[in-house]
Amino acid sequence: MMSDYLQAERAQEWREALRNTMKNKDRTAIPRVKMPEADPQVRSHTYDEVNMGLTAELAIGEAHRCLDCVNPTCITGCPVEINIPKFVKNIERGEFLEAARTLKETSALPAVCGRVCPQERQCESQCFYTLKLKKEPVAIGYLERFAADYERQSGQISLPEIAPSNGIKIAVVGSGPAGLAFAGDMVKFGYDVTVFEALHELGGVLRYGIPEFRLPKEIVDIEIDGLRKMGVKFETNCIIGKTLSQEDLREEGYQGIFVGSGAGLPNFMNIPGENLIGIMSCNEYLTRVNLMQAADPESDTPVHMGKRVAVIGGGNTAMDAVRTARRLGAEKAMIIYRRSEEEMPARIEEIKHAREEGIEFYTLYNPLRYEGDERGRVQRMLLQRMQLGEPDPSGRRRPVAIEGDTVWLEVDEVIVSVGVSPNPLIPQSFSGIEITPRGTIEVNRETMQTADQMIFAGGDIVRGGATVILAMGDGRKAAQAMHAHLQAGQS
Amino acid sequence: MNKIVGKEYFSDKVVKFEVEAPLIAHSRRAGHFVIVRVGKKGERVPYTIASADPQKGTITLVIQRVGKSSEKLCQLEVGDYITDMVGPLGKATHIENFGTVVCAGGGVGVAPMLPIIEAMQHAGNRVISVLAARSKDLIILEDQVRHHSDEVIIMTDDGSYGEKGLITAGVEKVILREKVDLCVTIGPAIMMKFVSELTRKYEVPTIASLNTIMVDGTGMCGACRVTVGGKTRFVCIDGPEFDAHQVDFDEMLMRLKAYN
Ligand SMILES: Cc1cc2nc3c(=O)[nH]c(=O)nc-3n(C[C@H](O)[C@H](O)[C@H](O)COP(=O)(O)OP(=O)(O)OC[C@H]3O[C@@H](n4cnc5c(N)ncnc54)[C@H](O)[C@@H]3O)c2cc1C
Ligand SMILES: Cc1cc2nc3c(=O)[nH]c(=O)nc-3n(C[C@H](O)[C@H](O)[C@H](O)COP(=O)(O)OP(=O)(O)OC[C@H]3O[C@@H](n4cnc5c(N)ncnc54)[C@H](O)[C@@H]3O)c2cc1C
Ligand code: SF4
Ligand code: SF4
Ligand code: FES
Repeated sequence: MMSDYLQAERAQEWREALRNTMKNKDRTAIPRVKMPEADPQVRSHTYDEVNMGLTAELAIGEAHRCLDCVNPTCITGCPVEINIPKFVKNIERGEFLEAARTLKETSALPAVCGRVCPQERQCESQCFYTLKLKKEPVAIGYLERFAADYERQSGQISLPEIAPSNGIKIAVVGSGPAGLAFAGDMVKFGYDVTVFEALHELGGVLRYGIPEFRLPKEIVDIEIDGLRKMGVKFETNCIIGKTLSQEDLREEGYQGIFVGSGAGLPNFMNIPGENLIGIMSCNEYLTRVNLMQAADPESDTPVHMGKRVAVIGGGNTAMDAVRTARRLGAEKAMIIYRRSEEEMPARIEEIKHAREEGIEFYTLYNPLRYEGDERGRVQRMLLQRMQLGEPDPSGRRRPVAIEGDTVWLEVDEVIVSVGVSPNPLIPQSFSGIEITPRGTIEVNRETMQTADQMIFAGGDIVRGGATVILAMGDGRKAAQAMHAHLQAGQS
Repeated sequence: MNKIVGKEYFSDKVVKFEVEAPLIAHSRRAGHFVIVRVGKKGERVPYTIASADPQKGTITLVIQRVGKSSEKLCQLEVGDYITDMVGPLGKATHIENFGTVVCAGGGVGVAPMLPIIEAMQHAGNRVISVLAARSKDLIILEDQVRHHSDEVIIMTDDGSYGEKGLITAGVEKVILREKVDLCVTIGPAIMMKFVSELTRKYEVPTIASLNTIMVDGTGMCGACRVTVGGKTRFVCIDGPEFDAHQVDFDEMLMRLKAYN
């Protein structure tokens, strides 16, 4: 069931003509494009981006594979429902800027999502190729990145149309993808939007978490600059609930608040020795390296540069940490994961890249305790061998300890990456909103509105740890709903 | 960017700054701290808000020069700007009328102690302040402390001022003499450890304000973690004040040396 709008777009003359230039049989015969990548030997010592991006030629070739389906199921796999065939067909006909404009109709940060979306589980998992042909899907993510990069490099970045100012003040808590997407839409509707950020730099996890070799910070800067040009105001070093209270915001005339404060509280395993020196959370490690640039000798912030680094966990964060450790000179950079590789939540591409860079995988191992030297520096860890048992409620097979089967591993640095919990600052300091037992903010999932009509929330503070695109989707949904709510209040 | 509007030397190594920060001055309470960054390559370092003037929109920090980052800050002059400052952070001190409160502050710890002394006196407590330092010239804020305390005991290691001896001697003297309902201690970790051991012996409830290494100060990284009552807690959001008798000071002392 696709909307009339999509069908009307699809019926346009140029799309029709383009479809007729090539038979579907020939389109499906084209093999999926390979992303050019930096050499693993070289890149494991630099911060340069690993994926180098498609050339125009490669992109056009890949765009030919898309069948411009009558029922583009790919769109249902995208949390923000990007009009995928429209942008892909624009690439096919060489209208790259038009492709970028199509992306921006629905996505606030296409250059970011083209890089970090788990496409294989989202849009690409619902592509006709995957579903019906059992072939590799159209490389939607690569194409998205291509169009967004092309626009940026052309210097002809289009600013969306902005409604005349209505003077209504809106506050956004947090400058992660949820807050940025919300701010972008609200400013388009004509609101006076201010984003408050606790840290000294903007972008949330895009800034302090995801490393440069996967998401160059320049891209985040340019996206934020775009929002600034559209009229969004940013206040760094300002913690809502501390620097400014909920009442302060009300008194200053803010008529709506969107909370996108993320899931910034790292979990530890609470096992003996976990507070030894050299053991830290993934957030601490990545923040030191990314936000504080600790690897730069000029920077005042220190970071341990271990030679034998163990990262506990199997998610994107764990992959980012272990690959960072490798770049900071680890001779042995290891992933310790209690299930098997099949259950790893990290993106397949990240696991592949990690392997190529010489990361060692200790799957079906779980740390039991740590021991340190006389100064308290971690020296070794005791690992429990695991096996897979019955599936748990999530459908993944539960890891079970093999009694008595343990082994010591020498390490000089350990990074704990076993998940995050919602940031407690807003739940603790705001009244009128409801908090779930997990510490997330309770919202109406259609509107993202909290129990307080004036307050909306989205992203990781609502979902627990999720993804960039889901956070953005929430921000956009909240903007729609808040706009409707405020307009209803006016009339 | 926060402008420095006042600078005063308490001693060669201890500097008091008055800094423009209207929002922080307005919302801070006793016990809160800020995180400060000097220069684009600077690190984020926490300092307690020693006092604030909401009318003027300024806060006061008292900084002891110990290493690279405190040195950088202390080199700034009136008219210069602090690159980044965020706060107020942490939980405010729990203030009520406990009865008799002993405030044991060592070295530069007297600065963060001052707003607590003030607030405790304001709440109706009998406040006995014990100030300690290595020598006379390192005793800071004595006049302000006297102004808000019912009694002040000064201890110096070398006996150059007040009584000769450690802070614990001063605290013990009071405990032996009268009923103490609460002890608050702020200073070097090793000092807080010994105060805590002393008051545990006499079963005097004690609060310590911990000064661990931090990065963000918002609960995001866990660099500031300590073990309290056998559980891992984050000083920046669960503290900085904790029941001293539950704090694993040995672990904290170890972790403070992580980058030395
Ligand atoms: C290392 C790492 C790698 C990841 N890799 C991927 C990936 O490849 N693909 C993917 O889709 N997802 C990935 N994720 C997950 C993704 O980054 C998050 O789901 C997403 O960033 C959530 O967005 P958000 O806007 O909800 O919160 P965040 O990005 O966490 O931003 C929240 C912001 O709010 C600020 N804040 C919090 N409280 C306050 C307050 N009271 N006042 C003011 N500001 C406040 C915080 O400082 C922060 O900047 C990764 C996460 C990490 C940590
Ligand atoms: C809640 C709180 C309140 C504090 N209040 C005051 C105060 O009012 N006055 C005062 O003088 N000091 C205070 N401190 C201590 C102060 O933050 C620092 O310990 C001190 O300034 C260390 O910086 P340095 O580089 O000069 O010292 P060094 O001894 O050279 O530090 C060595 C390295 O250790 C790391 N480091 C040490 N301490 C910290 C820290 N706390 N945060 C981040 N990194 C650190 C840094 O990486 C530094 O490069 C407070 C600490 C806390 C946690
Ligand atoms: S935003 Fe993400 S899910 Fe949507 S089309 Fe782009 S890559 Fe796919
Ligand atoms: S489902 Fe696949 S082939 Fe069909 S329109 Fe979407 S991307 Fe193109
Ligand atoms: S300083 Fe990062 S969690 Fe406390």
